[in-house]
Amino acid sequence: MTALSDRAVPDDATLREVALTRDEYHLAFDLLDRAPNAVELGIIGGMWSEHCGYKHSRPLLRRFPGTGPHVLIGPGQENAGAVDIGDGLAIVMKVESHNHPSAVEPFQGAATGVGGILRDIFTMGARPIAILDSLRFGSLDDARSRFLANGVVGGIAWYGNCVGVPTVGGEIQVAPCYAGNPLVNAMCAGLIRHEDLTSAAASGAGNPLILVGTDTGRDGIHGATFASVEDPEASHRGVVQVGNPFMEKLLLEACLEALRTGGVAGLQDLGATGLTSATIEAAERGGCGVTIDVARVSRRADRMTPYEVMLSESQERMLVVAHAGREDEVRAVFTKWGLHSDVIGHVADGHDVRVTEGSVEVAQLPVSMLADAPTYEFPVERPAYLDEVQELNVDEIPEPEDLSETLLTMVASPNIASRRGVYRQYDHMVGTHTIGPPGGDAAVMRIKGTDRAVALCTDGNARHCYLDPFHGGAMAVAEAARNVSCTGATPLAITNCLNFGSPEDPAVYYQLARVIDGMTAACETLGTPVISGNVSLYNESGDQAVWPTPVVGMLGLLEQADATLGIGFGAEGHVVGLLGDATPALDGSEYLAVIHGQVAGAPTIDLDAELAVQSVLRDLIQAGLLVSAHDCSDGGLAVAVAESAFAGGIGVDLDPESIHEREDVALFGEAPSRIVISATAAAWPEVKRHAEAAGVAARRLGRVGGDRLRIGPIDIALDEAYRAWDQGLDAALAGRQPNG
Amino acid sequence: MRAAVIVFPGSNCDTDTHHALARVMGVPTDLVWHATPSLDGYDLVVLPGGFSYGDYLRTGAMAAQARVMRAVREAADRGVPVLGICNGFQILLEAGLLPGAMLPNDCVEFRCEWVHVRVETRRTPFTQATDMGQVLRMPIAHGEGNYVADPATVDALDDNDQVVWRYTDAAGRRTAGANPNGSVADIAGICNARGNVVGLMPHPERCSETALGGTDGRMLWESVLARVAA
Repeated sequence: MTALSDRAVPDDATLREVALTRDEYHLAFDLLDRAPNAVELGIIGGMWSEHCGYKHSRPLLRRFPGTGPHVLIGPGQENAGAVDIGDGLAIVMKVESHNHPSAVEPFQGAATGVGGILRDIFTMGARPIAILDSLRFGSLDDARSRFLANGVVGGIAWYGNCVGVPTVGGEIQVAPCYAGNPLVNAMCAGLIRHEDLTSAAASGAGNPLILVGTDTGRDGIHGATFASVEDPEASHRGVVQVGNPFMEKLLLEACLEALRTGGVAGLQDLGATGLTSATIEAAERGGCGVTIDVARVSRRADRMTPYEVMLSESQERMLVVAHAGREDEVRAVFTKWGLHSDVIGHVADGHDVRVTEGSVEVAQLPVSMLADAPTYEFPVERPAYLDEVQELNVDEIPEPEDLSETLLTMVASPNIASRRGVYRQYDHMVGTHTIGPPGGDAAVMRIKGTDRAVALCTDGNARHCYLDPFHGGAMAVAEAARNVSCTGATPLAITNCLNFGSPEDPAVYYQLARVIDGMTAACETLGTPVISGNVSLYNESGDQAVWPTPVVGMLGLLEQADATLGIGFGAEGHVVGLLGDATPALDGSEYLAVIHGQVAGAPTIDLDAELAVQSVLRDLIQAGLLVSAHDCSDGGLAVAVAESAFAGGIGVDLDPESIHEREDVALFGEAPSRIVISATAAAWPEVKRHAEAAGVAARRLGRVGGDRLRIGPIDIALDEAYRAWDQGLDAALAGRQPNG
Repeated sequence: MRAAVIVFPGSNCDTDTHHALARVMGVPTDLVWHATPSLDGYDLVVLPGGFSYGDYLRTGAMAAQARVMRAVREAADRGVPVLGICNGFQILLEAGLLPGAMLPNDCVEFRCEWVHVRVETRRTPFTQATDMGQVLRMPIAHGEGNYVADPATVDALDDNDQVVWRYTDAAGRRTAGANPNGSVADIAGICNARGNVVGLMPHPERCSETALGGTDGRMLWESVLARVAA
């Protein structure tokens, strides 16, 4: 072995370009027992990046429960996880971040994020049926944040609408910590029959590797390493890719058609680090080697080097492993769809990835070394900031004099106002699966040819996670499960994206570890394993890290699609009730942030109470006893009631006095495990009896009716409140005052 | 009775339209590839929505040159009912089977939402089962549905009873807020002089089942089935 002192170590600039530390370089040297050449160094850097190698998060991610009775494909096995939904069908799903590209070029950054997650789904043979996007931006008072938000929404619309997969849900939340580093997480769910699930494994020595789709260009080289360093804006712009949704649509149809020929042994999309990770991950799954000749890769730029071809992140490309002898049949399908294909190599015996340019070998590396990035673990130490921010003396919070005015301010605020102005830019109906459209607690997608439907949502309150990472992590899972339960669906499994700052910062590492612990606790209690996910670290700008932001994508199942219900109140005289009696508090509440400008307190959750409330809720819905159900979360009871009134187009008259001695806490205080329900007057006694028999409180708050929102001391015309709510986000995105 | 739903590269409402016709209405329906030279034997031809050829060049412009369009024209000449939905409408315009053109929506954004349209003529195969002046509630989903034509053409559409649907409010009134895209004369759909070639921006296949939130789209299918059966 070459002594360290005798090694010619590349200079810092070279190592930075491939995002390897000096120690990692030496590790690679030791594993190879020689110096990697420039191409190999690029490959190692890409595969060992946080984005591909999860080097700071892998040990922590092992804490997640990844198995369960419905799980067909768990985390880390394939490009996405798969869940059994009965009748021989499965949902394939995953959420992934595209934060760093979106910070630089929001339109294309978000668009290619959607493109990437779609490919993760159809690479498994599934037809994508729903897209959800979880977005975080800085305050919309800031012109740059408005530019980013409008660009991201525009990019999602442009890409998803053209491909023809409906965008049916997600979130938009704003907080100052995201000003320099917005978060763009895209989730996709696809539908497939169990027997059609396709592996991304390269197997069968001699099987040809076929690259299809867009020609390879210089775009996006180092995208993965770019996503693994701080301060995206300071990095190079050339790494941002440009999407082509039409090409994606052709790839989608051609891949699904090619799979039906039976000539395909494996399918792998090209994402971060392009051909490098696609071939290496496929080889690792298949337990074999691969040989690639970069000279056979069609390019759209002149004089590309092997290094550039291997690391290009040109979009809309797929790697097809065909059964030897059937490549012509498979390629004919791509030709039919107007797509170019090249046989660029083959599956090989052994366990090496071998890259040639013509007959010249340019790289040869063991697959195992690349697939097994070095991992880092740090001590989990509670950071000092928590004591400071968790302190909240409610007596020091002044109670507003006019709570009607407070409600108007709350419903018009960007985190609560109607999302209609955004989701009407998205085709949320194409596919004709959408029976629970955007605007409810979760999207509900029917499964044609069956009685079933699935419910999908994303959630993740980062303020809660910042204030208490463990409880915040648990609450993210619980809220997502609650939202799905409000449609009548039984939560089955989650996918997740963990958006954090630099793991090398001890406070961030603590947040990461504890959020994962909290999510794990909730997943175990609620019976929803983690089937797939993605980690995005180094979400920082200047010296500010984003709040710890886990995004939970929840899948629920309705065995009877027609049992589902919405959040809107039904008719005059119906009873409004509150399921669950967790005590509301101002800790980490939207009210405290919006009205009092404070982020403080320690939000908490009782997971057993959560489980009880959700299961009673689902029983009530399945028994047909409810007219509406709506998660009572951001903005508390008054906001949840107002939203149900807006959705139903009818007023309410409620008296929530007994909930808390302070009126503002009763109206706007938050607690998990609460649901605003409504039922006919005739059904209400049965609702109450059933809930209480299961040990869950069901409190009658008042009745539906009239054209005013009367909630204790609040008394406003429904249409005035509706206008404030309906226009609030549009106004903020346009840089106008809500009533301007 | 046999229906053809044409599939162009980038069509994305083809299978939805197939579902509405075949599964909901029970009509034998084929998905027909854009390179097909003939549509003989079909009693109904539907050009579905989507982004044929990615909307590159102009919406519908490239699909209008596809081989199947010659067959669509021949079918139209034989009097076969032809329906263009959304992108299909745009293709019929670009192919010259219907007069006028499309501009981007005046709000300069894609719009996916429910709208109301009023039936302006019963003479087409797709409006016979509806009443004159009946208001239908249907979804739209487009970025370029702002129908435009020169004033003489717009007058001629009126004179020749070629305006099939106009955007209105739920009560059938032509109000400023009811037109979602800025279309001239609130036009949501038109037909050719003969009345058998019809284009519209709203999506009947998205409102043919109760579960989807509305069933007014069925009236188009019921109309054309009655016409073909007659």
